[in-house]
Amino acid sequence: MGIMEIGAISWRFVKVWKRNLVTFQKIWKVNFVTPLLEPLLFIAAFSLGFAGIVGNIRYGGAELTYTAFIAPALIATAVMNNAFFETTYASFVRMYYQKTFDGMLATPLSIEEIIIAEIVWSASKAAAAAGIMLGVLGAFGYVPFPQGLLAVPLAFFGGIAFGAIGLFFTGIVPTIEMFNLPIFLFVTPMFLFSGTFFPVSNLPLWAKPLAIAFPLYHLVELCRLVCLGRCETVPLLSVVYLAVFAFLFSALALIFMRRRLIK
Amino acid sequence: MQPIIEVQHLFKKFQDVTAVDGVSFTVGAGEFFGLLGPNGAGKTTTIRMLYGFSPPTRGIVRLFGMDISRDWRRIKMRIGVCQQDNTLDPDLTVEQNLMVFAGYFSIPSREAAARTRELLEFFALSNRRSAKVMDLSGGMIRRLILARSLINRPDLLILDEPTTGLDPQSRHQVWDRLEKLKASGLSVVLTTHYMEEASRLCDRLVIVDRGKVLVDGSPEELIQKHAGRHVIEIGGPDQALRDHLKAQAVPHDDLGHRIIVYTPDGNDLSAAVRENFCHERCTFRNGTLEDVFLRLTGRELRE
Repeated sequence: MGIMEIGAISWRFVKVWKRNLVTFQKIWKVNFVTPLLEPLLFIAAFSLGFAGIVGNIRYGGAELTYTAFIAPALIATAVMNNAFFETTYASFVRMYYQKTFDGMLATPLSIEEIIIAEIVWSASKAAAAAGIMLGVLGAFGYVPFPQGLLAVPLAFFGGIAFGAIGLFFTGIVPTIEMFNLPIFLFVTPMFLFSGTFFPVSNLPLWAKPLAIAFPLYHLVELCRLVCLGRCETVPLLSVVYLAVFAFLFSALALIFMRRRLIK
Repeated sequence: MQPIIEVQHLFKKFQDVTAVDGVSFTVGAGEFFGLLGPNGAGKTTTIRMLYGFSPPTRGIVRLFGMDISRDWRRIKMRIGVCQQDNTLDPDLTVEQNLMVFAGYFSIPSREAAARTRELLEFFALSNRRSAKVMDLSGGMIRRLILARSLINRPDLLILDEPTTGLDPQSRHQVWDRLEKLKASGLSVVLTTHYMEEASRLCDRLVIVDRGKVLVDGSPEELIQKHAGRHVIEIGGPDQALRDHLKAQAVPHDDLGHRIIVYTPDGNDLSAAVRENFCHERCTFRNGTLEDVFLRLTGRELRE
C-alpha cells in the first residue's frame, strides 16, 4: 500500500458506512432527540427572551426578525456539531478503544476507504439532523418549502468539511481528553463568530477576515441563502471555500490517520 | 507445488528498534505452521506484514504466489485473520458482527446469512446469536473472532495468539475446533507462546527470538534435536552430580537449586541418576517443546 494509490479507493467504502448505520440504528432514537429539541429550545429562548431586546435586524438589505435571522444558522451549527463530534469522539472510540479499524484492515478494505467512509458517514448524520431541524423550523415558518429542502444536500456537503477536520484531529490527538483543545479553540469560536448570532458585517474591520476564514461562516451564509433567499457572501465562493477546506482536511486526515494506524 | 506463503529476508524497523531481522520461511498448502517466540520476539510484527497490515522495511512477502505489497486486495479476499486484540463491534449482536464483516468481503447477504448460521453452529454460539458482544464471556468472544475470520471461507487462516487469556475449558474447545479445521485441509499460521498448543496443532514451526529465526522443524524433530526424548529434573543437586554430568558431557541446564538433564537415547544415565543422585526429588519425564523453547531462548524474563 503506497502513500496514496488510486486502486485503494473503491465503492467498498460504502460497506464501512453501512457498518456505522447498523450500529447507529441501535441508538438512533436518542440521537434524533437532539436535532428535534435543540431548535425548539433556541427558538423559545430567542423569541421569548432575546428578540425583545434586539428587535429586528438588518441583513442583506432586508429587515428580519431576530429569530428568522438565526434559524438558518441553527441548522449550520447542528451540521458542524454532528459531523465534528462524530469523527472526533465517536471515531476515536472506534479507532482506539474498539480497534474497529484494525479489524477492517485485515479485510479487503483499504485505509483510504475507511477514512472516506468515516467522513461520509459523519456528513450523512449531519444531513439527517439537518433534515429533522428543517421539519421543526419549517413548522414555525422559518423555512420556506420546497426550496428549503436544499439545506439537506447542503448539510451533507458542509458535513464533509467538518467531518474531515474532525478526523484530522483524531489522527493527531494523543488521548480522547485532548479533543477539548480543538473544541475550545476552533468549534466554540466558530459557533460564536461565524455570523451565527450577528451578521459578520457588524464586526470591526480587523475581526472580519477571521470570521470569513471560518468554514462555519460559509455554511451559515449558504443556509441563509436557502432559507431567506439572501446572504452576505458570494454563494459560489462560499461553496468553493468549503470544497477546498473539505478536500484539504480529508487529505490531512488520511495522512495522519495512516501514520497513526499503520505501523 | 507452490507454497501458500513465501517470506524472504523480511525486515521491519521501528525508529531505532529492529523488530524483525531477516526472517525467511515458507508454508505449504494444508500445513499448520507455528511461529513461536517470547514476548517481543517479532511474532506479531511478522504476522502483520503477512496480512498486509504493516509494510515491510525490506524483504518479500508472497501469498498464493502474489506479492502482498501489490496484490493486497486479492490476497486479503482469500485469507482470514484472527487478531490478538478483540476487534469485534461491542454494540452489535453476535450475528450482526458476522454479517457486517461479510459485507467487507462483498459476500451477498443471503450467502452471508447461511455462512453465519453455519459458523455459529460450528463454534457453539447459535444460542447466543442475538446476544450483544459486550455480554459474552472471554471464550465466546474468542470463538466469535475465529468464526468471523472464517466468514470469507479463507484458503489461509492467520491466528495471532488465539487462546491467550482463556481458561483451560475454553482453550481446549478452541483447540478442538482448530483441529477440525486442520483436518479439513485449511492452511494455518499460528503464533502462540503456549508450547502445548504448538505441539498439539503444528505440523511444522519456527522459533523466533530478537527478530531472527532460531530453528525450523516439526515439534518432534525439534524435541529430538534440542531436548532429547527423556528429561530428568533433579531438585537439590550436589557437587557430585555436577562433576558427573561434566565428566560424561551430558547436556543439562543448571538452575542452581535444580538441574535439568537432557538424556540422549540409549544412555544409561537415568539409572545412574536414580541410584546415586536423587537426594531430594527427581522427576523423570519426556522432553517437550517447552524444553526446546527455554533452551533456545533462555530463561530470563522478557518484559
